[in-house]
Amino acid sequence: MTMRRNLASLIFTVGLGLMLVSLMQGSHTAFPVEVGQNINAAGFADHGAANLVTSVVLGYRGLDTLGELTILFVAATAAGMVLGHCPGGSTPPVRGGFILATAAELLFPFLILLGAYIIIHGHLSPGGGFQGGAVIAAAYYVPLLAGSGRLFSEDTGSLIESLAGVGFIAIGLLALWGGGEFLAPLYSHNGAPGALLSAGTLPLLYLAVGLKVGSELASLLARLGGIGMEVDDDA
Amino acid sequence: MTPDLLSHLFSIASAALVAIGLFMLVRSHYLLRALLGLTLMEAGVNLFLVSVGYREGAAPPIAIDGQLPAVMVDPIPQALILTAIVIGVGVLGLALALALRLHQSEGTLWLPRLRRRAQSACSKEDAA
Repeated sequence: MTMRRNLASLIFTVGLGLMLVSLMQGSHTAFPVEVGQNINAAGFADHGAANLVTSVVLGYRGLDTLGELTILFVAATAAGMVLGHCPGGSTPPVRGGFILATAAELLFPFLILLGAYIIIHGHLSPGGGFQGGAVIAAAYYVPLLAGSGRLFSEDTGSLIESLAGVGFIAIGLLALWGGGEFLAPLYSHNGAPGALLSAGTLPLLYLAVGLKVGSELASLLARLGGIGMEVDDDA
Repeated sequence: MTPDLLSHLFSIASAALVAIGLFMLVRSHYLLRALLGLTLMEAGVNLFLVSVGYREGAAPPIAIDGQLPAVMVDPIPQALILTAIVIGVGVLGLALALALRLHQSEGTLWLPRLRRRAQSACSKEDAA
């Protein structure tokens, strides 16, 4: 019975894989849509951001980015509700030993620096708020994994997260108030293209995204890591 | 390796990732392995979308010294994947939180056992 079901699902999976391969064939021969071409042609002049991906994420579809931040916020909030708040704080269940704990604390400032660099240069080079935020969250999670004590304060985290969210929406409302659309880029042509202070409000928006993603992921990981889980013996 | 196969390498790899992920999601007996399958499927979809924006000999869509490269890849799939990855992390975090709670209340993540328990709870309710 189990054998036959396994065989059936194997055949189904192989068939699905073959179907996907046949569907995907020929997708590289031509651009399926022209929008990307137009953005490549006009994006740099429109927003002044050297990284056109940033131009798409924040300039052309900033409202979608706000929606994605909302999804992340809802997921983190729901995970927090499911896990609950343990009054003892997220004390690490296992001590990782001296070498691991010291290395984790040594790594912490460098990871924060790297994350901040990736966020601040998001409009110039590959990177941005989402990637840098993930690196900052990792900086807070590595000491927790190594069991070297608790660096992340959930109150500060939620304060930073709320301020970043309010900042993102405030910049959007500023654009609306200035006569443009909600979240339209402002002051795009101040500053030399490729300089750190360029592309108007896009770096500020990415800074808000980075702080929000970083604090959200850090608090999610801290909650997940704070609860010990016994090893399952029948797996 | 022929050039033809090479040009379809990303399609084949992403289809394989989706297929393996689906197989794991449907057929594994351990909840964490099923979640791993979900993550693999997500990776396959992301790989496919990024590879759709690829062009022969194209550079990343980034201006260097104020000059854009002549041929650039499509930036839109990259922007989509950027946010899709973060959302994937959020969804995975929520799923892991639920799995953790399940483990705390049931003491196991072994799916056949969980299923048996759910069935016996159902039949007890029917009898009552």
